Amino acid sequence: MNDYRYDNQTVQGFILSAIAWGVVGILVGLLISIQLWAPAANFAPWLTYGRLRPVHTNGLAFGLGAGVIFGLTYYIAMRLCGRPLVFPKLARIQLWIFNLAIAAAVISLMMGYTQSNEYAELEWPLDIGVVILWVMFAVNVFATIIKRKDEQMYVSLWYIIATVIAIAVLYIVNNLSIPAGGMKSYHLFAGVNSANVEWWYGHNVVGFLFTMPFLAMFFYFMPKALNLPLYSHRLSILAFWSLIFGYLWTGAHHLIYSPLPDWIQTLGIVFTLFLIAPSWGSVINGYYTVGADWSKMKTNYLTKFFVMAITFYGLQTVQGPTQGLRVVSQLIHYTDWVPGHVHMGTMGWVTLTACASIYYVIPKIHGTTIYSEKVANFHFWLVMVGQLLFSVSMWITGIQQGAMWKATNADGTLKYTFVETLAKNYPYWHTRTLAGIIFTVGMLFFIYNVLMTIRQGRGRSAAQVTA
Amino acid sequence: MAGEIYKKPITFALMATVAILIGSVVTMAYPMLRSDMHPKLETLKPFTALQLAGRDIYQREGCVGCHTQTVRPLPSEVARYGDYSKAGEFAYDHPFLWGSKRTGPDLAREGGLRPDGWHYQHYANPQALFPKSNMPSYAWLKGRPLDAEEVAVHLNALAMVHPELKADPAAVKAQLAGKDEMDALVAYTQQLGHAVARRQGGTADINLENPLAHDTQAVVVGKKLFAENCAVCHGEEGQGTEGVAPSLIDDQFLGEKGDLPDGAYFAIIDGGSDAKPIGGRKGDPGGGMTAFGSQLKKEEIWSIVTWLRSQRAHEAAEGHDVPKATKGETPAKQEKK
Repeated sequence: MNDYRYDNQTVQGFILSAIAWGVVGILVGLLISIQLWAPAANFAPWLTYGRLRPVHTNGLAFGLGAGVIFGLTYYIAMRLCGRPLVFPKLARIQLWIFNLAIAAAVISLMMGYTQSNEYAELEWPLDIGVVILWVMFAVNVFATIIKRKDEQMYVSLWYIIATVIAIAVLYIVNNLSIPAGGMKSYHLFAGVNSANVEWWYGHNVVGFLFTMPFLAMFFYFMPKALNLPLYSHRLSILAFWSLIFGYLWTGAHHLIYSPLPDWIQTLGIVFTLFLIAPSWGSVINGYYTVGADWSKMKTNYLTKFFVMAITFYGLQTVQGPTQGLRVVSQLIHYTDWVPGHVHMGTMGWVTLTACASIYYVIPKIHGTTIYSEKVANFHFWLVMVGQLLFSVSMWITGIQQGAMWKATNADGTLKYTFVETLAKNYPYWHTRTLAGIIFTVGMLFFIYNVLMTIRQGRGRSAAQVTA
Repeated sequence: MAGEIYKKPITFALMATVAILIGSVVTMAYPMLRSDMHPKLETLKPFTALQLAGRDIYQREGCVGCHTQTVRPLPSEVARYGDYSKAGEFAYDHPFLWGSKRTGPDLAREGGLRPDGWHYQHYANPQALFPKSNMPSYAWLKGRPLDAEEVAVHLNALAMVHPELKADPAAVKAQLAGKDEMDALVAYTQQLGHAVARRQGGTADINLENPLAHDTQAVVVGKKLFAENCAVCHGEEGQGTEGVAPSLIDDQFLGEKGDLPDGAYFAIIDGGSDAKPIGGRKGDPGGGMTAFGSQLKKEEIWSIVTWLRSQRAHEAAEGHDVPKATKGETPAKQEKK
């Protein structure tokens, strides 16, 4: 039991660290959303939009995202393997290094140290730190799985294994670079090749950070929290293998109409369309699991989190492939449609899954119940409204901007200057900031609820943890 | 599928690795072995020390977050920016800086499109040229010195894969003497897209008649269009901006005394700098007149010419002193290419 208690503290440490980095990332997000309509809000070189945008993306993908993944993966692995972590101290050291690495990432990005590749901005010394972190994580996860008590590995463990492997391959290959000083390097690959490697990475790192581990959480915590069995094991098998096989072909859908050879673009588009099938396999599995007893929507406050999370996952995985089509891409690529798309995934699917999982785990760790379902409900609705307002306003202005860029007169001359098309975004960019504020308030309710639950739990003697 | 593998983590992990690697090999690793992933246009020149220093600043400031550097082969896009991007233009780009979002315009064809002075002014204060722009001011780059030793290290790092970039630190120091970060950024901006010939200006010839000459309605239209498109550089009354763009109402045209007929004006508005030889005059070699042929209709261009004519006549008839060129916010030491 004591072993579990130590590991649970590590899990909670990751969760709280992730939340703290989440606050940083979200506040930076709010600031850069303001900078888009108020250039005077670029207060100092280290607070300019150009430097802060990667702080926002890295802070949330690697601070919030990876923090949640580390913590909840350990939690899931311990429960599904029926034993504590094999290397508890290693996990604790990993927690400290993780926080140091993210702090160094935030500071170095603000100082302008960047490799300029999206989601791979961190300079080479930090990359080495990230690889070390990942190896520590992999060692613990694999050791714990190998020394598990239950013979059969549940679907969540499959997704965890795939994540550990894929992230390692992606991260190492795309961060190969020529060092040119202590905090400067040049991508080993040039031009078209550089673009191809980067988007093979960029697409899949998002996929393997924001899809696989969160599917692992979804398929573990949703049936647990709702006390319902997973609808179909067979569907899980089908969805898992076709997803991890198909995903890695699709990076080129970020490079449509670029100088990348057409055949790579076309392959990317075809496999992107193919991915609808496994994605919706998971969606159907989620819906039918809840479908066994829809009254849970009334009786269990977490049901709506999971149902909406998988709904946004389903929408995201249809919208994405649609965007991959050449005819759609030429209208919406490079416009604000794309941030609208991304934020449905991150603020919808990822946030709801993570929050619901944390709402389940924190009371379990402390042998208590959630501090307030009412606060959780407030949190849910504010996050929903904020996210929808964000995405919908970005879709509208994205289509508008794409159409204005393309608009020509009868004689082939352009109808609008670039600045005219830019100025039309302003009302929607104002709306986005408002949406961000609503979302942020929602997340503050969440944080309050988590902290109060921990406080309430500390008041009681730690109950036995169910393995 | 055999249910056994879900009991054997090592076998399972190996199978997952294979599944992950297939797509990676076909779409990422295998293409690296093909020559079409490493193209290089013969016209592509390696970065100079100043240009690379500028590119480092472009990277540092995250310009790629708002500006793309790839023109798609779509008619409207070619009309807006120029020829679509070629794979062979990016052989020295480590990494590529194509970007994924156009909050600001694409910059793949920005090099040489406008004069250096325009960029100095625009980087320092974008809203002075485009009141509705949301670009931050980079005035603080001015006066920040370049570290020649660091730039030499950067060049020599790239020389590991491009030997032609090998640099002697002393030579780099000499090249960068007296230059600041703003100079470097402008130098980088001005070489963008240099490997591809700029869009050829219209086919107008110098003797084309202005169909709207002396048309009073055209004067009104032309004045409005001038204010929207041209005043940014040439001043509201066409008096020019020092260091950015010449006066259009003095007694000089394309750097020489004496006027040219309306057809020459039309050709240059339509085709930009490329049309300059039409009048047999070189103009300012560092100057970069934007081609408006794809943004303005023929009648609109003629209207602007008509307004310019009326503006000159007006200034002459009233016996005013020709307004002095507005002083730009550009450094006096500004470099001419």
